[in-house]
Amino acid sequence: MSAARTTSTPAALTPPAPWTVGPVTRTDFVRYQGASGDMNPIHHDEEFARAAGFDAPFAVGMYQAGLLGTYATEWLGAENVRSFRIRFLEQVWPGDTLTATAEVVREYTADDGAARVDIELVCTRQTGGAAVKAWATFVVPDGGAGS
Amino acid sequence: MADPAAVGTEGAPFRLDVERGKIREFARATGTADLTGIDAQDAPVSQPTFLTTALHWQTGDANPWPAVKLDQQRGLHAEQEFTFFGAPPRAGTRLEGRARISDIYTKQGRRGGEMTFAVMVTDYYDESGRLVAQAKMTGVETARPPKEDEA
Repeated sequence: MSAARTTSTPAALTPPAPWTVGPVTRTDFVRYQGASGDMNPIHHDEEFARAAGFDAPFAVGMYQAGLLGTYATEWLGAENVRSFRIRFLEQVWPGDTLTATAEVVREYTADDGAARVDIELVCTRQTGGAAVKAWATFVVPDGGAGS
Repeated sequence: MADPAAVGTEGAPFRLDVERGKIREFARATGTADLTGIDAQDAPVSQPTFLTTALHWQTGDANPWPAVKLDQQRGLHAEQEFTFFGAPPRAGTRLEGRARISDIYTKQGRRGGEMTFAVMVTDYYDESGRLVAQAKMTGVETARPPKEDEA
């Protein structure tokens, strides 16, 4: 690997290994609700969730989005994120096991001359269904991520 | 039912202090096992989705979202985006947030039924008046109560 660093072209970024979280619990959901300030009862109140047509309370979508944020920033650095767009696809239920994965979409030089990387992140349930996807742009520090 | 007249509704400016303890709490709540990186810094940088904690600050007339009148039992969070014009704010930063309803539109759902989308944009300025971040929330109201397989 050291040979690659002597060239002027930065080494391509390699996504981290998949990260598995869970089984997630109602306590995880409630802890996130308290931290975020989103106290929508559909995520903890059984009666409210049933009245809305659900079998049980389910996770705040921003919880699994936050997991993807953690996964991405541990790889590329929290100070380097410039955009983070999340799409909510499937609900997450107590007992689910979640796996975060990342792919590099594009590496390029932005107008300001700094290296950037666009990545796609997916939080997948144990069923194989994608709960949340996210598309993020990070500044790549000189020498690449993690250095 | 969402009210199209809500477009343009602005919330009162609100203060959001980016706090070290809140960043640490948010890290724990979003699966960070090793907090030593945060603990080693006086002013750790906030997480990509941290500005969702505006919900703690945006009380009263700072939050224009209720003007949309989305049905809470048929309403879902469809998309959320955060844009940072530089590094995300660090602990110790005092922000002013200003939220507005920017768009309401309808689409045909894949399985029939009209879906109504509403978009709220919140701009965050630092103490020098510089725009440092923008949050964009898209909510959706389905024609009937959502089920697991079509969320």
